[in-house]
Amino acid sequence: MLNKEQIAQRIARELRNGMYVNLGIGIPTLVANYVPEEMTIVLQSENGLLGMGPFPFDGEEDPDLINAGKQTITTIPGSVFFDSAMSFGMIRAGKVDLTVLGAMEVADNGDIANWKIPGKMVKGMGGAMDLVASAKNIIVAMQHCSRDGKSKLLSSCTLPITGLGCVKKVVSDLGVFDIDHRGFVLLERAPGISVETIVASTEGRLFVPDEVPEMTF
Amino acid sequence: MNKVVANAHAAISDVQDGMTLMLGGFGLCGIPENLIAALVQKNVKNLTCISNNAGVDDFGIGLMLQQRQVKKMISSYVGENAEFERQLLSGELEVELIPQGTLATRCMAAGYGMPAVFTPAGVGTEVAEGKETRVFNGKTYLMEMAFEADFALVKAWKGDTQGNLIFRATARNFNPLMAMAGKTTIAEVEELVPAGELDPDAIHTPGIYVHRIFQGKDYEKRIEQRTVKPR
Repeated sequence: MLNKEQIAQRIARELRNGMYVNLGIGIPTLVANYVPEEMTIVLQSENGLLGMGPFPFDGEEDPDLINAGKQTITTIPGSVFFDSAMSFGMIRAGKVDLTVLGAMEVADNGDIANWKIPGKMVKGMGGAMDLVASAKNIIVAMQHCSRDGKSKLLSSCTLPITGLGCVKKVVSDLGVFDIDHRGFVLLERAPGISVETIVASTEGRLFVPDEVPEMTF
Repeated sequence: MNKVVANAHAAISDVQDGMTLMLGGFGLCGIPENLIAALVQKNVKNLTCISNNAGVDDFGIGLMLQQRQVKKMISSYVGENAEFERQLLSGELEVELIPQGTLATRCMAAGYGMPAVFTPAGVGTEVAEGKETRVFNGKTYLMEMAFEADFALVKAWKGDTQGNLIFRATARNFNPLMAMAGKTTIAEVEELVPAGELDPDAIHTPGIYVHRIFQGKDYEKRIEQRTVKPR
């Protein structure tokens, strides 16, 4: 089973040199730690920054400089600030190459739910609905099952939807999946996880190719 | 032309119960601290507030929520505020959650004199309920209306006596958009300078959008998620 760091590490293998990338809060943020050294990736923070740098040194925090998760950050050479309308303008116009975000549920047709649990949790969608409605390529980082063992890769989402038919790839703690007309297509297994475990843990349509390699780290 | 007022209290003297206010800022970054403090002191009630977030329990708009000054919040993310969530789940507070880009663009539309915009954000979700849709090039879009607000309250880094504004770093966020969108726009700035001192090429918000301006004081600039790396 992959831990959070390994999920991030696996997603980082999807990065290509020169990509503009938006990383959501939680596991997606960790992807930044695994960008290969020879690669230039420009991170977009939807509150209004391209070229997000690492966290500042203790004592050098700037309250005017935060990311979309409200964490203090830094700029890097080439960074640029803009207002939130332009930020979502570049997202809507498809300029951001890759969006990585978390999810509570994903359906086998690419629907995603990640903003609300009726009666319990009402935090809001933030920029998630804008991102999923427009991003060219969306990868979801998530736990495969809930704490009580229920599959979160479903035939249809039970929670309020964030976006329809938009997720292209899922990296869970159990494996890597593409989403196409066949449903979830199992591409790779987490180390030590069998195909049978993944089949048993996936409620939505699952296509299992003849060969399913095990991930290595 | 001089738009300078003495302080936050003078600036909001005609804000009344039941009005709709826009408040700039993302989280606690770039919020109009002085104007919020003045609204709390004035204790105007039944406000509709358009703001990306609702502050935290003891700072920002959270201070207004504590006093039950807010009838309705229009926001995209409110996760940092326990009192907010309590008032929402108990039905004391009316809340309209809308996508962040939609919120920004509805402000922009107001400032650009456009009654509505089309966005794909929220298609097929609760957000789309009751909204007109249109298909362009095979993709469905929601029609979202420009906001109307009695006052826009924004915070800038520098401003001049004619209301021209410059923002700093990610404290820019919604501030220039809301500045364009208020029937009356009030700007508080960290540094107020005479007209002519700001480089015209560097100004983010032209003063034509700004009706009142004053130099704020005692900025706390609280950090929500202080995240650092060791030296």
